[in-house]
Order: sequence, then C-alpha cells, then structure tokens
Amino acid sequence: MTEPLTLIFTLQNWLSLFVHYLTLSLLSIGGAITTAPDMHRFLVDQQHWLTDEQFNASIAIAQAAPGPNVLFVALLGWNVGLNAGGMLTGLLGVFLSLMGILIPSTVLTYAAAQWGHRNRNLRAVRAFKQGMAPIVVALLMATGWILASANGSSLKDWPVWLVTAATALIVWRTRTHLLWLLGAGALLGWYGLI
Amino acid sequence: MNSLPVPDHPHPESLRDLFFSFTWLALQGFGGVLAVVQRELVEKKRWMTREEFIEDWAVAQIMPGPNVVNLSLMIGGRYFGLKGAMAALAGMLTVPLILVLLLALVYAQFSDQPGVAGALRGMGAVAAGLIAATGLRLSGALLSNVLGIRLCMAFGALCFVAIAWLRWPLFYVLSGLGSVACVLAYKKLKP
Repeated sequence: MTEPLTLIFTLQNWLSLFVHYLTLSLLSIGGAITTAPDMHRFLVDQQHWLTDEQFNASIAIAQAAPGPNVLFVALLGWNVGLNAGGMLTGLLGVFLSLMGILIPSTVLTYAAAQWGHRNRNLRAVRAFKQGMAPIVVALLMATGWILASANGSSLKDWPVWLVTAATALIVWRTRTHLLWLLGAGALLGWYGLI
Repeated sequence: MNSLPVPDHPHPESLRDLFFSFTWLALQGFGGVLAVVQRELVEKKRWMTREEFIEDWAVAQIMPGPNVVNLSLMIGGRYFGLKGAMAALAGMLTVPLILVLLLALVYAQFSDQPGVAGALRGMGAVAAGLIAATGLRLSGALLSNVLGIRLCMAFGALCFVAIAWLRWPLFYVLSGLGSVACVLAYKKLKP
C-alpha cells in the first residue's frame, strides 16, 4: 500500500479536472473505459491526485456494481475529492467528472444519431464506421492490458496475468455469467492466491 | 429525433416508463449492461427489432461516450425527443450511481483488511479480462470489414502498441491512426 494522499485543491485544480474530462468525453469512442489509460496518465502519473490502488479500486468497484461501467468515472472523481478534503469535495468530484465525461458526448451523439440515421448509406458515414472499427477493437484490448499491468507489473505477478487471460478466454468463448467470474476473482484475491 | 418515423411495434408508454425501464436494465447489468439491454428491449419488451438494435449499437459504439449511455439516449430520443433521451439517461445512471457510491463507502470501511484489498485485486484482474474479452468478441465483426483482415490487424496492432506499451495519449493515436484508416476505408468503398 502506498501512503494515502492529502491534496489541497484550488479552483484551478477543480477546473482542470473538469476540463480534462470534457476533452476525454469527445475521445471516448468505444466507451468511456477506452479513456481509462489516459485518465491513469493524467490523474496518477502526471497530477498525483490518485494512488494506483485508488485508481484500480475505482474501476473494480464500478465493474462489480450493477449499472453502466462509466460510473468508474464518478468513483475516480469521488476519490480525488476525498483526497482533497472529505465527503463534500468528494461529491463535487463526482459531479464534475460525471458531467464532464457526459455532456459533450451526449450532445454530440444526440445530434449525430439523427443525422447518421438519415444518412447511413452515405459513403463518408460508412467509411468512418469501417475505418474506426479495428482501432476501437484494439483499444479495448489495450485497456485490458493496462488494467492488468496496473495489478501486476513484474514477473512474480504471473498469477494476476493468468487470471486476466483466463477471464478473457472464458468470456470470449462461453456465455458464463460475469458475476461468477468476478466472484471467483474476489475469492482468489481474498485468500491471497493472486 | 421527433421527426423519425416510429416503426409499428410496442414502444415505451411514457417518460416514467422509460426512466424505470432503464433503471431496471441498469440494475441487472453486472460488469456491463449491453447483454441485458439486448435481451430486455429486443426480446422481452420488443421496443426494437434485432436489426434496429444492431444499427443503433453501431452508432452508439462509433460515437464518443459510454456505449450503453449513447444507446439509451438514442432509444429515448426516438420516442419522446430530447425529454425521452434525458429520461432514459437519468434512468440508466441515477440509482446505479447511488449504489456505486454506497459500495465505495463500504469498501473504505473495510479497506484495511488484507482480504478486502486482495479481493479487489482479484476482481481487478477479472475486470481487465472482461474488457479485453469485449474486444475479442467484437473482433469477429472485422472479418467483413472493407479494409480487409490484414489492414485491420495492422491498424489494431499499431493502436495496441501505441496505447498499451508506449502509453501515448489517446488523442494522438485516435486522430492519427483513425484518420488514415477512415481515408483508406473511404477509398475502398464503392461510391
């Protein structure tokens, strides 16, 4: 465990948190989770607003809970807020990060869905869909890689990688309920096996 | 979206119906909501046909923003315009947000127990696999991509290396690789 962080947040810091999410929103093609690597780069590596543990816990809790995975963004904001004070700043963090990640993409999607639906046979629309497809797919795999390497960065962490790889294979090839897998991962971790 | 023709099949009765339907969907979706959306809206409620679902899902994926959030926006918007989009979106997020914050509070209470940290580490490893698997499942769709499988693999590999290993900022990778891929796709598509 690394030391817990205590931050002093200025108005400018809050603003830059909000603005960072606003820009990520427009980049979150393929889902908000594809911007997770960039959030890690910004929040953990660059600004030191979150610890690695907090970052990973936010994603794991949001995955374990019901609902859209984008709520991990709310938890990241919550943890930044907690580091910067307490519950109130935590809620401010939730509000800013969730609004930031949702407003631009929501406005754009709402407008574009209508346009795209009307022009779905247009060559440019089809080219965009086809061209982005392999990149979106690879982005998801890269996100899996980054999350796994945050859990285990060295060779002695091979069981973590094994669990990640096994999960990927099982989900890819079977229709096992995801909850069983999360439960199995929790048990393995609880008993210190990974 | 008001002006789009509404196909002749069952549809949400009111904004309230939309809100609670999407809340119910979201609460069933552990580790991702997509599978539940398809089962509930296409097979049970029949608000949309399978074809409409695939079409909407493609757009929801290509547009920035969380996919299921985009999908709920589009479905809500189709029937009740902007109000419908907001009702569906609120339904998808409100109750799950409260739940996830409660869960984070519970976690904070017990986080000094070694078992809890380990459990979360284990779930984190599984979560990483879930996301990678989504990519693997979708990769089947690339077989029919106009770029051809070789180019798809090349773009995919470049993207993976740039993001996962080199840790380049997403913006440069998406705009750089993406624009090349889109131009190539444009050239290959018949006008």
